[in-house]
Amino acid sequence: MSDQTHMPAGHDLAPGDEEQHSVGARILGYVVGLVLALLLTATSFFIAGTDLVWQPSIPVALIVLAIAQMGVHLVFFLHITTGPDNTNNVLALAFGLLVVFLVVGGSVWIMAHLNANMPPMDQIMMRQ
Amino acid sequence: MTMTATAGHAHADPHHIGVVIEHPGPAPKRIVTAYGFWIFLLSDIVMFSCFFAAYAVLVGQTADGPKGSEIFEQGNVAIETVCLLLSSFTCGMASIAADVRNRFWFYLGMAVTCVLGLIFLVLEFREFADLIVRGYGPSRSAFLTAFFSLVGCHGLHVSAGVLWLLTMTAQVFAKGFRADILRRMMCFALFWHALDIIWVAVFSVVYLLGSGT
Repeated sequence: MSDQTHMPAGHDLAPGDEEQHSVGARILGYVVGLVLALLLTATSFFIAGTDLVWQPSIPVALIVLAIAQMGVHLVFFLHITTGPDNTNNVLALAFGLLVVFLVVGGSVWIMAHLNANMPPMDQIMMRQ
Repeated sequence: MTMTATAGHAHADPHHIGVVIEHPGPAPKRIVTAYGFWIFLLSDIVMFSCFFAAYAVLVGQTADGPKGSEIFEQGNVAIETVCLLLSSFTCGMASIAADVRNRFWFYLGMAVTCVLGLIFLVLEFREFADLIVRGYGPSRSAFLTAFFSLVGCHGLHVSAGVLWLLTMTAQVFAKGFRADILRRMMCFALFWHALDIIWVAVFSVVYLLGSGT
């Protein structure tokens, strides 16, 4: 309780802003992000065209690599952190992601069931 | 926590949750502006997710036209990806230069970002033009409609980003690193990085997943 009452009353950080760092440290952050993103991109392109791995695992691997790379971009380029000064930014992002998953997941789910439950088109035509 | 203990902090602890919060007053304009723009970017991403959902639903509806694996060229997409990725990096360098008010590195970073963005746009335009010439335009099949609207929407965003980039460079040239110019520059950097994130989803879902099956 006592440590909570002495919380620093500082301001939040704007999305994209970093905590106070020297220029060198900031550039290093972007370099690390660029290297990680290039590695993940190269892995994605390699995995997509290779025969080395079990073929059904490729789509899953591509999606995992894409999510990882988006995470790298968010952390190293947009400077979204888990710190208390970033709570608003993270919460807005979480809500955005919720809507994205509802839209994409819901559409794919519903349309797949629609296709599975519909008789083929020629049968519908024959009934008329 | 007794009443007497909280009574002294009646204003700082209006809901009597036992935690005293010192309100620092309204946030600086830089935070308000960037946060509002962050909300816009997230709603833009939600809009893109609708295009992705439409693409995922329609990807098999080729109407005897070409499938994705027959029209996608991975080499082209790889160059586009590297261009956007490097431009995100140089845009970050330009933001750092703007924060430390270094005109030379700011102009250099923005110029490289602009060139990389234009290379991306030219490659994408050539891909689209090539497809349309071969008769695989957006009206050929539902799959191609979804493909052109999703990738074209991202391309339009990049075009708008390049125009914004030129505007920001001109504003810094004419007005210097004023506080309002720096706020706009921060919003532009957020926009450019967000476009790169959307491109990651585009090349993974459309080009790589589409060429595999």
